[in-house]
Amino acid sequence: MSAPAAAAAAPPRAATAGDYLALMKPRVMSLVVFTGFAGMLAAPGGLEPVLAFAALLALAGGAGAAGALNMWYDADIDARMRRTRMRPVPAGRVAREEALFLGLVMSGVSVALMSLAGGLLAAGLLAFTIFFYAVIYTMGLKRRTPENIVIGGLAGALPPMVAWAAAAGALTLDPLLLTAIIFVWTPPHFWSLALYQRGDYAAAGVPMLPVTHGARETRRRILLYTLLLVPTAFAPVLTGLGGLAYAAVALVGGAAFLALAVRLAFSRAGEALEPGGEALYTVSEGDRAARNLFAFSILYLAALFAALIGEHGFGLSFALRLPAPFPA
Amino acid sequence: MAAAPIPPAPEPTEQAARKRRNLVIGWVLAAFVVLVFAITLVRLDANVSP
Repeated sequence: MSAPAAAAAAPPRAATAGDYLALMKPRVMSLVVFTGFAGMLAAPGGLEPVLAFAALLALAGGAGAAGALNMWYDADIDARMRRTRMRPVPAGRVAREEALFLGLVMSGVSVALMSLAGGLLAAGLLAFTIFFYAVIYTMGLKRRTPENIVIGGLAGALPPMVAWAAAAGALTLDPLLLTAIIFVWTPPHFWSLALYQRGDYAAAGVPMLPVTHGARETRRRILLYTLLLVPTAFAPVLTGLGGLAYAAVALVGGAAFLALAVRLAFSRAGEALEPGGEALYTVSEGDRAARNLFAFSILYLAALFAALIGEHGFGLSFALRLPAPFPA
Repeated sequence: MAAAPIPPAPEPTEQAARKRRNLVIGWVLAAFVVLVFAITLVRLDANVSP
Protein backbone atom coordinates (compact mmCIF):
# COMPACT_ATOMS: atom_id res chain seq x y z
CA MET A 1 0.00 0.00 0.00
CA SER A 2 1.40 3.43 -0.92
CA ALA A 3 2.00 5.98 1.81
CA PRO A 4 -0.96 8.21 0.81
CA ALA A 5 -3.26 5.20 0.50
CA ALA A 6 -2.19 3.98 3.93
CA ALA A 7 -2.76 7.44 5.35
CA ALA A 8 -6.19 7.54 3.76
CA ALA A 9 -7.08 4.16 5.27
CA ALA A 10 -5.91 5.09 8.78
CA PRO A 11 -8.38 6.72 11.19
CA PRO A 12 -8.09 10.51 10.98
CA ARG A 13 -5.95 12.17 13.62
CA ALA A 14 -7.27 15.06 15.69
CA ALA A 15 -7.43 18.33 13.78
CA THR A 16 -4.66 20.80 14.43
CA ALA A 17 -4.63 24.56 13.93
CA GLY A 18 -2.64 23.79 10.78
CA ASP A 19 -5.62 21.89 9.37
CA TYR A 20 -7.83 24.95 9.77
CA LEU A 21 -5.15 27.04 8.13
CA ALA A 22 -5.02 24.49 5.28
CA LEU A 23 -8.79 24.98 4.82
CA MET A 24 -8.03 28.55 3.85
CA LYS A 25 -5.59 27.56 1.06
CA PRO A 26 -2.50 29.38 2.34
CA ARG A 27 -0.70 29.21 -1.03
CA VAL A 28 -3.59 31.02 -2.70
CA MET A 29 -3.64 33.49 0.19
CA SER A 30 0.05 34.25 -0.31
CA LEU A 31 -0.47 34.90 -4.04
CA VAL A 32 -3.43 37.16 -3.25
CA VAL A 33 -1.38 39.12 -0.71
CA PHE A 34 1.50 39.39 -3.17
CA THR A 35 -0.60 40.78 -6.05
CA GLY A 36 -2.57 42.92 -3.61
CA PHE A 37 0.64 44.35 -2.17
CA ALA A 38 1.73 45.33 -5.68
CA GLY A 39 -1.62 47.03 -6.32
CA MET A 40 -1.41 48.85 -3.00
CA LEU A 41 2.11 50.15 -3.66
CA ALA A 42 1.27 51.21 -7.21
CA ALA A 43 -1.83 53.15 -6.14
CA PRO A 44 -1.55 56.90 -5.67
CA GLY A 45 -1.95 58.20 -2.15
CA GLY A 46 -0.78 55.33 -0.05
CA LEU A 47 -1.87 54.02 3.31
CA GLU A 48 -0.46 54.36 6.81
CA PRO A 49 1.65 51.23 7.51
CA VAL A 50 -0.80 49.98 10.15
CA LEU A 51 -3.78 50.44 7.81
CA ALA A 52 -1.86 48.86 4.91
CA PHE A 53 -1.00 45.84 7.06
CA ALA A 54 -4.62 45.51 8.20
CA ALA A 55 -5.93 45.86 4.63
CA LEU A 56 -3.56 43.13 3.41
CA LEU A 57 -4.59 40.95 6.35
CA ALA A 58 -8.23 41.50 5.42
CA LEU A 59 -7.42 40.57 1.83
CA ALA A 60 -5.70 37.39 2.98
CA GLY A 61 -8.62 36.62 5.31
CA GLY A 62 -11.10 37.14 2.48
CA ALA A 63 -9.14 34.76 0.25
CA GLY A 64 -9.02 32.27 3.13
CA ALA A 65 -12.76 32.57 3.67
CA ALA A 66 -13.42 31.87 0.00
CA GLY A 67 -11.06 28.89 0.17
CA ALA A 68 -12.82 27.45 3.22
CA LEU A 69 -16.24 27.85 1.57
CA ASN A 70 -14.84 26.15 -1.53
CA MET A 71 -13.57 23.22 0.59
CA TRP A 72 -16.96 22.95 2.29
CA TYR A 73 -18.87 22.79 -0.98
CA ASP A 74 -16.38 20.72 -2.98
CA ALA A 75 -15.56 18.08 -0.36
CA ASP A 76 -17.08 15.36 -2.58
CA ILE A 77 -14.96 16.38 -5.58
CA ASP A 78 -11.84 16.76 -3.47
CA ALA A 79 -12.28 13.22 -2.12
CA ARG A 80 -12.22 11.82 -5.68
CA MET A 81 -9.13 13.67 -6.87
CA ARG A 82 -5.67 12.37 -6.02
CA ARG A 83 -4.27 15.89 -5.73
CA THR A 84 -6.88 17.03 -3.18
CA ARG A 85 -8.05 13.93 -1.32
CA MET A 86 -5.74 14.57 1.64
CA ARG A 87 -7.26 17.99 2.31
CA PRO A 88 -8.67 18.32 5.85
CA VAL A 89 -12.35 17.75 4.99
CA PRO A 90 -12.09 14.71 2.65
CA ALA A 91 -9.40 13.23 4.92
CA GLY A 92 -11.90 13.38 7.81
CA ARG A 93 -9.86 15.64 10.09
CA VAL A 94 -12.30 18.57 9.89
CA ALA A 95 -16.09 18.33 9.58
CA ARG A 96 -17.71 19.99 6.54
CA GLU A 97 -19.85 22.16 8.82
CA GLU A 98 -16.71 23.51 10.46
CA ALA A 99 -15.33 24.52 7.06
CA LEU A 100 -18.60 26.31 6.32
CA PHE A 101 -18.59 28.05 9.70
CA LEU A 102 -14.95 29.10 9.31
CA GLY A 103 -15.68 30.44 5.82
CA LEU A 104 -18.68 32.48 6.93
CA VAL A 105 -16.98 33.90 10.03
CA MET A 106 -13.82 34.76 8.12
CA SER A 107 -15.89 36.43 5.39
CA GLY A 108 -17.58 38.70 7.92
CA VAL A 109 -14.41 39.48 9.85
CA SER A 110 -12.29 40.18 6.76
CA VAL A 111 -14.89 42.47 5.14
CA ALA A 112 -15.39 44.35 8.42
CA LEU A 113 -11.64 44.70 8.87
CA MET A 114 -11.27 45.95 5.31
CA SER A 115 -13.98 48.57 5.86
CA LEU A 116 -12.07 49.84 8.92
CA ALA A 117 -8.67 49.86 7.22
CA GLY A 118 -9.40 50.52 3.56
CA GLY A 119 -12.86 52.04 3.40
CA LEU A 120 -16.22 50.97 2.05
CA LEU A 121 -15.23 50.67 -1.63
CA ALA A 122 -12.47 48.19 -0.85
CA ALA A 123 -14.73 46.32 1.61
CA GLY A 124 -17.50 46.10 -0.99
CA LEU A 125 -15.07 44.81 -3.62
CA LEU A 126 -13.70 42.25 -1.16
CA ALA A 127 -17.22 41.04 -0.34
CA PHE A 128 -17.95 40.75 -4.06
CA THR A 129 -14.73 38.78 -4.59
CA ILE A 130 -15.62 36.27 -1.87
CA PHE A 131 -19.17 35.96 -3.21
CA PHE A 132 -17.93 35.51 -6.78
CA TYR A 133 -15.49 32.76 -5.85
CA ALA A 134 -17.70 30.87 -3.39
CA VAL A 135 -21.10 31.22 -5.07
CA ILE A 136 -20.63 32.08 -8.76
CA TYR A 137 -17.53 29.95 -9.38
CA THR A 138 -17.68 27.12 -6.84
CA MET A 139 -21.44 26.57 -6.69
CA GLY A 140 -22.45 27.83 -10.10
CA LEU A 141 -19.79 27.34 -12.73
CA LYS A 142 -17.30 24.71 -11.65
CA ARG A 143 -19.52 21.65 -12.17
CA ARG A 144 -21.50 23.03 -15.11
CA THR A 145 -19.31 24.52 -17.80
CA PRO A 146 -15.81 24.21 -19.27
CA GLU A 147 -15.67 28.01 -19.10
CA ASN A 148 -15.62 27.65 -15.29
CA ILE A 149 -12.10 28.93 -14.79
CA VAL A 150 -12.40 31.58 -17.50
CA ILE A 151 -15.29 33.38 -15.79
CA GLY A 152 -14.36 32.26 -12.30
CA GLY A 153 -10.88 33.63 -12.83
CA LEU A 154 -12.28 37.08 -12.09
CA ALA A 155 -12.26 36.25 -8.38
CA GLY A 156 -8.53 35.58 -8.42
CA ALA A 157 -7.95 38.67 -10.55
CA LEU A 158 -9.64 41.17 -8.25
CA PRO A 159 -7.20 41.40 -5.28
CA PRO A 160 -4.94 44.10 -6.84
CA MET A 161 -8.07 46.16 -7.51
CA VAL A 162 -9.30 45.68 -3.92
CA ALA A 163 -5.92 46.73 -2.55
CA TRP A 164 -5.75 49.70 -4.94
CA ALA A 165 -9.20 50.82 -3.76
CA ALA A 166 -8.03 50.51 -0.14
CA ALA A 167 -5.00 52.72 -0.80
CA ALA A 168 -6.45 55.27 -3.22
CA GLY A 169 -10.14 55.24 -2.30
CA ALA A 170 -11.09 55.19 -5.99
CA LEU A 171 -10.47 53.18 -9.15
CA THR A 172 -8.84 54.18 -12.43
CA LEU A 173 -7.74 52.35 -15.58
CA ASP A 174 -4.53 51.06 -13.98
CA PRO A 175 -6.11 48.73 -11.39
CA LEU A 176 -8.42 47.45 -14.13
CA LEU A 177 -5.33 46.57 -16.17
CA LEU A 178 -3.79 44.68 -13.25
CA THR A 179 -7.04 42.73 -12.89
CA ALA A 180 -7.18 42.12 -16.65
CA ILE A 181 -3.66 40.66 -16.61
CA ILE A 182 -4.53 38.04 -13.98
CA PHE A 183 -7.89 37.39 -15.62
CA VAL A 184 -6.33 36.60 -19.02
CA TRP A 185 -3.44 34.72 -17.38
CA THR A 186 -5.79 32.34 -15.54
CA PRO A 187 -7.00 30.15 -18.48
CA PRO A 188 -3.57 29.18 -19.82
CA HIS A 189 -2.37 28.63 -16.26
CA PHE A 190 -5.19 26.31 -15.20
CA TRP A 191 -5.71 24.59 -18.54
CA SER A 192 -2.06 23.58 -18.73
CA LEU A 193 -2.47 21.99 -15.29
CA ALA A 194 -5.77 20.41 -16.35
CA LEU A 195 -4.10 18.90 -19.42
CA TYR A 196 -1.90 16.65 -17.32
CA GLN A 197 -4.45 16.21 -14.52
CA ARG A 198 -7.20 15.46 -17.04
CA GLY A 199 -7.89 11.95 -15.76
CA ASP A 200 -8.37 13.26 -12.24
CA TYR A 201 -10.88 15.90 -13.35
CA ALA A 202 -12.73 13.32 -15.47
CA ALA A 203 -12.96 10.92 -12.52
CA ALA A 204 -14.32 13.70 -10.32
CA GLY A 205 -16.86 14.77 -12.95
CA VAL A 206 -15.51 18.31 -13.27
CA PRO A 207 -16.06 19.56 -16.85
CA MET A 208 -12.65 21.09 -17.37
CA LEU A 209 -11.89 21.95 -20.98
CA PRO A 210 -9.54 18.98 -21.63
CA VAL A 211 -12.32 16.66 -20.39
CA THR A 212 -15.14 18.17 -22.45
CA HIS A 213 -13.34 19.35 -25.60
CA GLY A 214 -10.20 17.22 -25.64
CA ALA A 215 -6.52 17.98 -25.36
CA ARG A 216 -6.05 19.45 -28.85
CA GLU A 217 -8.74 22.12 -28.44
CA THR A 218 -7.36 22.95 -24.99
CA ARG A 219 -3.85 23.46 -26.37
CA ARG A 220 -5.28 25.70 -29.12
CA ARG A 221 -7.18 27.86 -26.61
CA ILE A 222 -4.14 28.11 -24.35
CA LEU A 223 -2.25 29.58 -27.31
CA LEU A 224 -5.11 32.01 -28.09
CA TYR A 225 -5.27 33.28 -24.51
CA THR A 226 -1.48 33.60 -24.46
CA LEU A 227 -1.67 35.78 -27.56
CA LEU A 228 -4.12 37.96 -25.64
CA LEU A 229 -2.09 37.87 -22.43
CA VAL A 230 1.20 39.19 -23.85
CA PRO A 231 -0.15 42.61 -25.01
CA THR A 232 -2.40 42.88 -21.95
CA ALA A 233 0.61 42.43 -19.67
CA PHE A 234 2.45 45.15 -21.60
CA ALA A 235 -0.41 47.67 -21.37
CA PRO A 236 0.67 49.12 -17.96
CA VAL A 237 3.81 50.40 -19.68
CA LEU A 238 1.62 52.51 -21.97
CA THR A 239 -0.27 54.10 -19.08
CA GLY A 240 2.93 54.79 -17.14
CA LEU A 241 2.12 52.31 -14.36
CA GLY A 242 4.99 50.04 -15.38
CA GLY A 243 8.51 51.39 -15.87
CA LEU A 244 11.60 50.02 -17.56
CA ALA A 245 11.98 46.98 -15.31
CA TYR A 246 8.32 46.07 -15.73
CA ALA A 247 8.57 46.53 -19.50
CA ALA A 248 11.61 44.23 -19.64
CA VAL A 249 9.84 41.54 -17.61
CA ALA A 250 6.68 41.86 -19.71
CA LEU A 251 8.61 41.59 -22.98
CA VAL A 252 11.07 38.83 -22.07
CA GLY A 253 8.58 36.90 -19.95
CA GLY A 254 5.87 37.33 -22.56
CA ALA A 255 8.16 36.01 -25.30
CA ALA A 256 9.07 32.98 -23.18
CA PHE A 257 5.40 32.39 -22.28
CA LEU A 258 4.47 32.53 -25.95
CA ALA A 259 7.30 30.18 -26.93
CA LEU A 260 6.16 27.63 -24.33
CA ALA A 261 2.53 27.96 -25.45
CA VAL A 262 3.54 27.39 -29.10
CA ARG A 263 5.59 24.36 -28.09
CA LEU A 264 2.59 23.07 -26.12
CA ALA A 265 0.25 23.68 -29.06
CA PHE A 266 2.43 21.46 -31.28
CA SER A 267 2.89 18.79 -28.59
CA ARG A 268 0.65 15.86 -27.72
CA ALA A 269 0.31 16.86 -24.07
CA GLY A 270 -2.89 15.64 -22.47
CA GLU A 271 -3.54 12.99 -25.14
CA ALA A 272 -2.92 10.04 -22.85
CA LEU A 273 -5.60 9.84 -20.17
CA GLU A 274 -3.26 9.75 -17.21
CA PRO A 275 -4.86 9.26 -13.80
CA GLY A 276 -3.16 12.40 -12.49
CA GLY A 277 -0.69 12.56 -9.69
CA GLU A 278 -0.57 14.05 -6.25
CA ALA A 279 2.47 16.13 -7.06
CA LEU A 280 1.84 19.23 -9.14
CA TYR A 281 5.03 18.99 -11.16
CA THR A 282 5.56 15.25 -11.69
CA VAL A 283 4.34 14.26 -15.13
CA SER A 284 4.93 11.71 -17.85
CA GLU A 285 7.21 12.52 -20.77
CA GLY A 286 4.32 13.40 -23.11
CA ASP A 287 2.83 15.95 -20.73
CA ARG A 288 6.06 17.79 -20.04
CA ALA A 289 5.18 20.74 -22.30
CA ALA A 290 2.00 21.36 -20.28
CA ARG A 291 3.84 21.08 -16.97
CA ASN A 292 6.51 23.51 -18.19
CA LEU A 293 3.94 26.13 -19.17
CA PHE A 294 2.09 25.68 -15.86
CA ALA A 295 5.28 26.16 -13.86
CA PHE A 296 6.44 29.10 -15.97
CA SER A 297 3.06 30.83 -15.75
CA ILE A 298 3.49 31.12 -11.97
CA LEU A 299 6.99 32.54 -12.37
CA TYR A 300 5.80 34.98 -15.05
CA LEU A 301 2.96 36.43 -12.98
CA ALA A 302 5.16 36.64 -9.90
CA ALA A 303 7.87 38.43 -11.90
CA LEU A 304 5.41 40.97 -13.35
CA PHE A 305 4.06 41.91 -9.94
CA ALA A 306 7.51 41.78 -8.34
CA ALA A 307 8.64 44.32 -10.93
CA LEU A 308 5.76 46.58 -9.93
CA ILE A 309 6.65 46.16 -6.25
CA GLY A 310 10.28 46.96 -6.98
CA GLU A 311 9.39 50.02 -9.03
CA HIS A 312 6.72 51.50 -6.78
CA GLY A 313 7.80 50.22 -3.38
CA PHE A 314 11.54 50.57 -3.52
CA GLY A 315 12.01 53.55 -5.82
CA LEU A 316 13.42 51.49 -8.66
CA SER A 317 11.12 53.02 -11.21
CA PHE A 318 12.70 54.20 -14.43
CA ALA A 319 9.64 55.27 -16.33
CA LEU A 320 9.68 54.94 -20.08
CA ARG A 321 8.99 58.19 -21.89
CA LEU A 322 6.23 56.83 -24.04
CA PRO A 323 3.21 58.78 -25.21
CA ALA A 324 0.32 57.74 -22.98
CA PRO A 325 -2.73 57.07 -25.13
CA PHE A 326 -4.72 56.01 -22.08
CA PRO A 327 -4.16 58.47 -19.26
CA ALA A 328 -4.72 56.48 -16.08
CA MET B 1 -38.48 11.60 29.48
CA ALA B 2 -35.19 9.78 29.03
CA ALA B 3 -32.05 11.73 29.80
CA ALA B 4 -29.78 12.47 26.88
CA PRO B 5 -26.85 10.04 26.72
CA ILE B 6 -23.62 11.42 28.09
CA PRO B 7 -21.04 11.61 25.32
CA PRO B 8 -17.85 9.66 25.96
CA ALA B 9 -14.90 11.61 27.30
CA PRO B 10 -12.49 12.62 24.52
CA GLU B 11 -9.25 10.74 24.11
CA PRO B 12 -6.16 12.38 25.70
CA THR B 13 -4.76 13.14 22.22
CA GLU B 14 -8.05 14.79 21.24
CA GLN B 15 -8.04 16.80 24.49
CA ALA B 16 -4.48 17.95 23.85
CA ALA B 17 -5.36 18.91 20.26
CA ARG B 18 -8.38 20.91 21.49
CA LYS B 19 -6.23 22.71 24.04
CA ARG B 20 -3.69 23.67 21.38
CA ARG B 21 -6.45 24.85 19.03
CA ASN B 22 -8.05 26.91 21.79
CA LEU B 23 -4.72 28.54 22.57
CA VAL B 24 -4.23 29.46 18.91
CA ILE B 25 -7.76 30.91 18.72
CA GLY B 26 -7.08 32.89 21.89
CA TRP B 27 -3.87 34.38 20.49
CA VAL B 28 -5.54 35.19 17.18
CA LEU B 29 -8.42 36.96 18.93
CA ALA B 30 -6.02 38.93 21.13
CA ALA B 31 -4.02 39.99 18.06
CA PHE B 32 -7.24 41.03 16.32
CA VAL B 33 -8.25 43.22 19.28
CA VAL B 34 -4.81 44.87 19.27
CA LEU B 35 -5.05 45.44 15.52
CA VAL B 36 -8.50 47.07 15.73
CA PHE B 37 -7.22 49.25 18.58
CA ALA B 38 -4.22 50.30 16.47
CA ILE B 39 -6.47 51.07 13.48
CA THR B 40 -8.67 53.20 15.73
CA LEU B 41 -5.65 55.18 16.97
CA VAL B 42 -4.41 55.78 13.42
CA ARG B 43 -7.86 56.82 12.22
CA LEU B 44 -8.32 59.12 15.21
CA ASP B 45 -4.92 60.66 14.61
CA ALA B 46 -5.71 61.25 10.94
CA ASN B 47 -9.14 62.73 11.61
CA VAL B 48 -8.46 64.76 14.76
CA SER B 49 -4.94 66.10 14.21
CA PRO B 50 -4.75 69.54 12.60
